[in-house]
Amino acid sequence: MIASSKRSPLTYLVHATVLFLVVIWTIPTAGLFVSSIRDKDQLSVSGWWTALATSEQRIVDRAQEPKAQVQEGDRFVIRGNLLGESAGSITQFGFSSLEPEAFAVGTVAEMRKGQTLEVTANGDYVLSSPTPWKGSRGQRIFYTAEVPPRFTLDNYREVLSAEGLGQSFLNSLTVTIPATIIPILVAAFAAYALAWMRFPGRALLVAAVVGLLVVPLQMSLIPLLKSYNLIGEFFGVGSKTYVGIWLAHTGFGLPLAIYLLRNYIAGLPGEIIESARVDGASDFDIFRKIVLPLSFPALASFAIFQFLWVWNDLLIAMVFLGNNEEHLVLTGQLRELLGSRGGNWEILTASAFITIIVPLCVFFSLQRYLVRGLLAGSVK
Amino acid sequence: MAQLASALVTMILGVLGCAVYFYGSNILLDKIFPTKNGPAQQIARNLRITNTIRPWLFLGPAVLLLTFYLFYPVIDSIRLSFFDRSGDEFVGVSNYVWLFGSDEFFESFRNNMLWLIVVPTAATFFGLVIATMTDRIWWGNIAKSLIFMPMAISFIGASVIWKFIYDFRSGGDAQIGLLNAVVVFFGGEPQNWITIPFWNNFFLMIILIWIQTGFAMVILSAALRGIPDETIEAAVLDGANGVQIFFKIMVPQIWGTIAVVWTTITILVLKVFDIVLAMTNGQWDTQVLANQMFDWMFRGGGDFGRGAVVAIVIMVLVIPIMIWNIKRANAEMEGR
Repeated sequence: MIASSKRSPLTYLVHATVLFLVVIWTIPTAGLFVSSIRDKDQLSVSGWWTALATSEQRIVDRAQEPKAQVQEGDRFVIRGNLLGESAGSITQFGFSSLEPEAFAVGTVAEMRKGQTLEVTANGDYVLSSPTPWKGSRGQRIFYTAEVPPRFTLDNYREVLSAEGLGQSFLNSLTVTIPATIIPILVAAFAAYALAWMRFPGRALLVAAVVGLLVVPLQMSLIPLLKSYNLIGEFFGVGSKTYVGIWLAHTGFGLPLAIYLLRNYIAGLPGEIIESARVDGASDFDIFRKIVLPLSFPALASFAIFQFLWVWNDLLIAMVFLGNNEEHLVLTGQLRELLGSRGGNWEILTASAFITIIVPLCVFFSLQRYLVRGLLAGSVK
Repeated sequence: MAQLASALVTMILGVLGCAVYFYGSNILLDKIFPTKNGPAQQIARNLRITNTIRPWLFLGPAVLLLTFYLFYPVIDSIRLSFFDRSGDEFVGVSNYVWLFGSDEFFESFRNNMLWLIVVPTAATFFGLVIATMTDRIWWGNIAKSLIFMPMAISFIGASVIWKFIYDFRSGGDAQIGLLNAVVVFFGGEPQNWITIPFWNNFFLMIILIWIQTGFAMVILSAALRGIPDETIEAAVLDGANGVQIFFKIMVPQIWGTIAVVWTTITILVLKVFDIVLAMTNGQWDTQVLANQMFDWMFRGGGDFGRGAVVAIVIMVLVIPIMIWNIKRANAEMEGR
């Protein structure tokens, strides 16, 4: 539009700026993903942007124990390989922590009392001594290795089993699916009543819904926690149950659900509904046979909202489901790991990616409905 | 697996329960007050009765849930703020006295104000800029989709993502956090960003801005498309340049939408909790009201009185927006 008057410089600037912003916005997530599939030893010593480059690692290892020695002529020799099965090549080595890179590979290092150490690039080492090796521990060897990039799913394997993320994933599903469906049912009926039925107090109810739309959750938490404790005691089931959290999410999601759906349903053409009434259909029939099918886009929009909100919620899950291992949802588990495994980025990145993968899939496949819902929810 | 199966069963039961309620109650109503056949007078009477009752059958569950989960708790929170830690003994205004005398409260209030100023402003600004620019390039929709993406990520997931970016290694080790790596690349000194008082607030705010810009962009982009072309063409003919057109023609026409975006993000900011909890848990002067409230709810077995007082402060801050919202909705209802 505007660019048409002076095309080239401005257009290039726009392209460049947008590209720059897109890169800034996507790089954090990209970094998380790349890190989560890197080898954990590489992850902890080099930035994820170097993931494709060969990395240099300084490693301390021990040679085999003296009992592995064999006599060859007049010398006692211990042979072995430092790298084991991992790929890579050694560039430098040493036998003292003061000079870990004292010798280049292929040379023979003179140690005390005529003992020698030789290391080759592929990791083979030879320890040789004129007298038998003593003690129970192997000689320490310091070396610098060039390790090719290594990608692995080990991090995922570990967090899904050992760190309990698999269980949390199931817990999250258990919480999210009913907490998405129940409010839709409840809200759809209420929205229809508020849009098309005449009864005293309707305007007041609509105003109340709009008001409750912005009530901070924090206002509800303490009284609800008290009520839940009482109800749990009464039924002898404790206060932290799945039913409890489903209903909590339903209650907190209802204002938005009713608001969105009422706006949509009120916008349906009145002639259809009036003519059905004239034909003798009851409101229940009209709702079931006409309004519900027509409101599918609005229902889908809200379902996506609610799904993302419940899946990503931490506060309600912490208050109404608690912190015990078997009930922890993904967000809660991630928070626990952030506390207990704060420095283990291979655990954290893989766990974080597992928690965000479902919402991301929902987001990219159903973005159209999400946008539509956002527009209906706020622009009106 | 057994858990998922039981969840599925409960889910089906729950959904069925809802369906049975709505179907059952409506069919019951039609059975008790038949409107299909019978004497005309009776039908008229029954119609009147069913028309009075049915709205409440439709609304019943929603009204009950809203009352139990939102309306009653708000009232009860106000009551609890005048009671002691267990909520049993009336203590007058002593919770309020404590609140306004505590340094922690002023710290979180100051931080909340910072959040309130910076986050909605930055998110709306970036959203508007990106919306304007992406509307006129061919790959704009892809760009929008990518910038919108963080919306789907949980606050706690976003916190992990950004904590990784702010990661700090001391003593000359290679930095694996992107921010410190960039700083080192340009010859600077690496910092432990989230522990630098005052400025660390901004590092936490960036996370929320990153998440919310996409929301602002989507809404503002739709509003920009709604601007009639003629107004812009007229401005071009009058010789206005791009900047003038943007600020004098486009922005004024979408002013209402900007306000909506702004207030929506403001409400979200007041409730921000997960990010602070995950990044610092209020250490290094980053406390905010919502996290302080959560803290008091469980600290030392929980102090409900003090928790409720902090919640009320958040509520009071929201009330102006709430009133504005209701007025707007009412005006819209009348227009219909």
